[in-house]
Order: sequence, then structure tokens, then C-alpha cells
Amino acid sequence: MLEFPRWKKIWLSGLTLLAILAALPSLLSVVNVRWPEALPDPMVNLGLDLAGGSHILLEADPDEVAALRLENAEETVRSLMRDAEPRIRIGDLSTANGRLSFMLENGSDVDRARELLLPFVNGTGMTREWELSVVDRSRVILTPTEDGLSTAVAQAMDSATEVVRRRIDELGTREPTIIQQGDNRIVVQVPGLENPDQLKDLLGQTAALEFKLVDQTALPSDVAQGIAPPGSQIVPYAPGTPFEGQSIAVRRLGGIQGDSLVNAQQTFDQQNNEAVVSIEFDQQGASRFARLTTENVGKPFAIILDGEVLSAPNINEPIRGGAAQISGSFTAESANALAISLRSGALPVDLAVVEERTVGPDLGADSIRKGLLAMMIGSVAVIVLMIVSYGRFGVYATAALVLNVLMLLGIMAIMGTTLTLPGIAGFVLTIGAAVDANVLINERIREERKRGRRVVAAVENGYKEASRAIYDANVTNFIAGVLLFLFGSGPIRGFAVVLIIGLFTSVFTAVTLTRMWVAGWLRKTRPTDLNI
Amino acid sequence: MRLLKLVPDDTNINFLQWRMPFYVVSLLLIAASWVLVFTQGLNYGVDFAGGQEIRATFVGQEEADIPAIRSTVGELQNVGDPVVQRFGSPNEVSIRVKLPPEAEGNPAFADQMTRTITDALQAEYPSIRIDGVDSVSGKVSGEFREKAAYALLAAMLAIAMYIWVRFEWQFGVGALFALFHDVSLTLGMFALFQMEFSLQIIAAILAIIGYSLNDTIVIYDRIRENLKKYRKMPLPELLDLSVNETLARTVMTSLTLLIALIPLLLFGPASLFGLVAAITLGIFVGTYSSVYMAAPILIWLGVTSRSFVPQEGAADRQERIARGEG
Repeated sequence: MLEFPRWKKIWLSGLTLLAILAALPSLLSVVNVRWPEALPDPMVNLGLDLAGGSHILLEADPDEVAALRLENAEETVRSLMRDAEPRIRIGDLSTANGRLSFMLENGSDVDRARELLLPFVNGTGMTREWELSVVDRSRVILTPTEDGLSTAVAQAMDSATEVVRRRIDELGTREPTIIQQGDNRIVVQVPGLENPDQLKDLLGQTAALEFKLVDQTALPSDVAQGIAPPGSQIVPYAPGTPFEGQSIAVRRLGGIQGDSLVNAQQTFDQQNNEAVVSIEFDQQGASRFARLTTENVGKPFAIILDGEVLSAPNINEPIRGGAAQISGSFTAESANALAISLRSGALPVDLAVVEERTVGPDLGADSIRKGLLAMMIGSVAVIVLMIVSYGRFGVYATAALVLNVLMLLGIMAIMGTTLTLPGIAGFVLTIGAAVDANVLINERIREERKRGRRVVAAVENGYKEASRAIYDANVTNFIAGVLLFLFGSGPIRGFAVVLIIGLFTSVFTAVTLTRMWVAGWLRKTRPTDLNI
Repeated sequence: MRLLKLVPDDTNINFLQWRMPFYVVSLLLIAASWVLVFTQGLNYGVDFAGGQEIRATFVGQEEADIPAIRSTVGELQNVGDPVVQRFGSPNEVSIRVKLPPEAEGNPAFADQMTRTITDALQAEYPSIRIDGVDSVSGKVSGEFREKAAYALLAAMLAIAMYIWVRFEWQFGVGALFALFHDVSLTLGMFALFQMEFSLQIIAAILAIIGYSLNDTIVIYDRIRENLKKYRKMPLPELLDLSVNETLARTVMTSLTLLIALIPLLLFGPASLFGLVAAITLGIFVGTYSSVYMAAPILIWLGVTSRSFVPQEGAADRQERIARGEG
């Protein structure tokens, strides 16, 4: 037990040194000393509860993704059937119950329709995206498959995360964290951001921009009651616009989506100095926009943002350059926010804020200062107690304790983990476990001496007998830590991570390192009695 | 230098002779805790109940006027009945409001509420500093509750299983029961004093479980050792011996942790108070439960030294007979 070959000593000391070095940048940053930039600087990130900032949890509704997917399928099916040679006539199309079903006017088209739909139904991935069935020989039903749906949700979330990242980058805030969580959530954490209103405004806007022709055949009385003519839909005016509270009917299909934008800027209208957003289409978008405006000169078209009409101007002349202006009773700020959202692309799905936490930076800094002071006082008291109780062995225990804290910090820094308030509870427990290990060992050595064992045998037995309980206690805590990590949510995980790393460092420092030191001392001085 | 010994050598305190009264009292306390939890209820923070919590400091003021704040906030429209509590220093408060059903899935509504409340407070108290706002929707808070409960249960069961494997089933039951005692009493205290129960407190309970378990295992380990050593000793006596032998360690470890925690309790940040208070209580409860809950249960569950002494196998017996050793 007390044999330590040279290679083992070098290995143990090297490991300790490495972990301590990794802890240095984090420690120095607390006392505001700058770490040389040329060196690697692993840092323990402070959680928002300690450092201040905003935490926002966004959630998408998978049903909404499914509904959008169905809408797109409808458009695809219509165009596939329309473009077939000869054209396949369909009718009675419905998207009720999450399925797309339609009637073939001519039952003999079934096989052709099936063949045309095959690539769409099978999709591009490994799994089939829709289940196609035919009833009564002429009704085609497309049912979304589970795999197809979950792939669609996953894709929507991937691109939503990307859009969120671009929008936050536009704000120019410092080191935001944007992570997808679970199937349909995104966590956004922005350290140092005290007022998250701007951020939320930006994220709350889906920014799905559409240009649709106004259906002028609709009777105003029907529109007021929400009844749309076939092929049209009723869209309300956005709050803040002159026609707030009213609605208009627009053609459902044949419009232009805002996803073909290449740029958007907030500018001012030259005639009335109103804040507007100038947009620029890509080539394809520009030509479609040109066609739409050429074919419909003199008719009104609606500019729709997130399902609300911003304005419905008349098309005075064809717009061919691919540049246009959106007016919608904006303020300079709201026009700027919209421009950012349009530049970063529309969210493929609405995101709702389901959790929000903001900690002011003063409070965070205050917490750390008070916490450090209290820990300082506590540490000094513990050190005094250990040394007056166990003498030399107390000094070893204290050194082990200090190294334990440093190593724990160092490993957390290397792994890039975040220290939160619950993490501090884990820290306390770890330190408790380390102290306890040394108390167990030292009390056992006392006991063995009392029973009349010689110095070396007493120390050896002390470590051996105490190790069993230390081992059992740490394994049980380890099991608990792993389970907490698996089952727990955010803050509980923060606790579990510290606990798991801490178990390793505390056993390493409190048992292995102290044993090495004690062995070295015994070898050098060969004492005949122990003051313990 | 003479070293400090907090516990004299060779103590022989008859701890377990009071095991019955202590057990009865403890069982009553456990029952009382659960009655409190179910009648008074836990004062769930926004983590578990959903809603909004606004933390604020009245800068330059000695003490915040809590009733006045309560009426200022309570008079606002749509806010309902706010919970206003001191949070740390006397001039720091936490204001909690429930979110009305309209706010579910409608973040703008929740924002509007926050703005209404902070505007009203800032108009009434110009020196106020808003330190933080938490807003948790009903759905997310439900998930937090569920996940916390699962995590706690899973951890406790796994611990019991491990101890069963390493020791004997009686020890697994004993450890589980001791943990149940600790968790119950902690919950009971939170129900009694209506301290805010949040995710942080779950972390504290986990730390308590960890500590108490550590304590239980140290005593169990000594019991195991002594069972092998003194095969004829009656169990109550043997348990007492084991508790006495580990007493110095128990006192020393608990004391060390307490002196590390008490400064944190007195001078630490307000945001840590609930957490540290729970862990401090847990040290007492955990130490007590290891001695008076986890150990005596072994008597009733019928632990014997046979559990740990290697039994004579069939082959051993044949060999013994063959040697003619009877």
C-alpha cells in the first residue's frame, strides 16, 4: 500500500499539475488578471444565475409543422397533376384530419397519378414520407408517415435554430449559446443581457413574408363574417395599421414567399418620410415577382407578414428590378427588427417562449463576491480544525482539499462545463466527501495505533480499512449522479456533473495523493511514533 | 504539540438503548412532515408552479416594506394575488405572480404583465433595482416537477440496490429508509416554514441524500467488519460498538462541513440561502438518521453474522469428514 515507484509518482504529480494549470485561467479571471492570449485558456463558464444574463426557452408546436407540411403537399400535388401530360383533373381536395385526399375526375388516371406521386411520396431520405392509398378507385389519400413527420420536425428545428442564431448574431451580443433541446425546443442563453425584450421581439417574429393577390370577387359582407370564396382565405390586418380590425380575402395559391429575398434594409420612404423596409429578391424571386406584377397591373396585392396583412397596395406598374418596398405603419425600430428578421430568413415554424429567466449583472457579481468571501472564511476554519486535530496528517489533508478544488475546477474548465448555483451544492458535497475521506483515514490510523500497531502497519491498515467505506460511498454517489444526469433537467444536471467529476478528484486527492505524501514522509524520517 | 480530540477515546455510549422511543418519534415526524406537505402544501417557486418571479432590491433602503409592495402589485389589473417575500437581505424582495390562463403560449401577454408590475413598482419606489425576472410556463413547470420526482426516485432506488449487492438486503432497506426519513423531514421543514421550494432545493436534497448515505455507509461498513470479527456478540451491542467506534469520525466530519457551511449561510449571497439552509439542516438529519434509523432497522430485519462469514460449502465438509475431524 505504501510502495510508490518513481514512475507512479511522476505520473500522479504530472496529472495533478495539468489539472491545476487548467484551473488557472478561470481563477485569474476572478481577480481580473489577464491570461496571456498566446496560451490556451480553458474556462469554467459561469451559469446565468451566477454571471447575469438572459435564458430563454423556445418551443415549436409539432402540429404546426405538420400543418405546414400538408399545405406544401397540397401545392405540390396540384402542380404535379396540372403539369401532367395530358393534365389530370382532380377535385374535392381536402386536408382534414391531417391527411391530404382528393378525387380523380377520371378514374382511369389512377395509375398515372400514382406514378407521378411516387417520387414525392418516397421522398429523398431513407424512409418513405407519405403513405399513398386509393379508395373507391378514384379517391387518392396521402397520409403522413411517422418517420416523415419526425424528419420534417427535425429539419424545421434545425433550420429554426440556424435562423435564431443569425438573428441573435445581428444583435451583436456577446457569446450567445443557442442549443436545440429535445425534439422541439431551443435554449437561448445570452450572458450579460439585462433586458431581453429586444431579443424576444426578434425571436417572437416568425417573419414569414408573403405577397398574395387580393381576391376582389369576395363580398365585403362575407369577408366580415370570415367566409372566403373558394380558393381564397381571409387574412386580418396587423395591429397598428390603419385598417386594424378589418380583414381581406386573398388568393391562397400563386403568391410569392419571402424566402427568395437576398437582402432587407430599413429605410425611409422618399415621399412621406415613413419608415419602410426595402427588400431585394434573388434572381428567381425577381422574375416571379416581375411576372406577378406584370400580369396584374392595376389590381391590389397584399403584403402579409406572419399571417397578418401589413398593407395591400395597388400594383401601379410592373416591378422588374427585383427590389421593392414594404410599408406597414412601421416605426424606425420595428422596421429595423423586421429587416433583421427578413435578412436572417423566416422561421420555418412559430416559436413560443415557454421559460424565461433574467438575472441582472449586479446581482450575479454580488453573488460571486459574497460567495467567495464566505467560502474563504469557511476554508480557513476547516483548515484550522484539520490541522489542530490531525497535525501533520491534517496538513496533508488540507493540501489535498485545496488540490481537490483546483483539480475539479481544472477538469470542469477542460470539459467546458458551466458552474451554476446548484453546481455549488455539488461542490459543497464534493468537498464534504474529500474531508470525510481524510477524517476516516486519520481516525482509523489513530485507532490502529491505539490497538498497538507499529507506525507503518497502522498507516497501511488505516488506508486499507478506510478505503472500503470510501469506495462504497463514492460508488453509490456516482450511481446517483449518473441517474440524476440522465433523468434530471437543466439545474439538476448542473449538480450531477459537478458531483461526478468531484467524486473522482476527491478520491484521487484525498486518498491517492495523501498516501503518496505520507509514504514519502515515512520513508524519509522513519518515525517510531505518530502524533495523530 | 498535543492534538485536539473532540471525542474522547473508547467512548461507550449506549446509543441504541433509546432506539424504540427515537424510532417512534422519527416515524411520527415523518408522518407529520407528509401531513404538512399535503395540508399546508409546498410553497412552489415558479420552477414548479409556473408563473413569474421578479426579484428586486430597494437600493439605499434599510428594509423593504413588504405589505406596501404587496398592495401596490395586488391593485394592478390581471395580476391576481401576488406572493411577496423577503429574499436575502431585508431590502431584497421576491414577488411572485401566477400567470393567467390567457398567458399560456402567449409570451407577449407575460411580457406585458412584467412591464406592468415593474413600471408600477418603479413609479412608486424610484430607488428600486430590478435584479431578475423568471417566467416559466405551466407546461415547462409540470415537466420540471415530473423530472425532479423521477430523478429523486431513480437515484434512491439505485442506491438501495447497490447497497443490497455490496452488503445484504437488510442494509439496502435500512439505507433506503434512512434516505426516505431525510427527504421527508426536509420536505416537512419546507412545508412548515413555507420557504420557497425550487429546483435549487432539489439540488440541496440531492446533496443531503449524498451526505446521509456517506454517513450510513461508514457505519454499515464498520458493522460489517465487526460482524465478521465478533460472531457471538448480540446485535444491539455490536451496533452500539460500531457507532461508538465511528463516533469520532462522525463528529469530526459533520463539524467540518458545518463550519464550512455556516459562513455561507451568514455571509453568502441571498440566492444561495435556501440551498445552504437545506444542506445545513440535512447534515443534522442525515447524521441522526444514520445512527437511529439505518442501524436499528438491522435488528428488526434480523441481520446475523452469518451474512458475512464465508459459509462452509459441501466440498469443505466432505474434506473435513475425510480428514476425520468430525
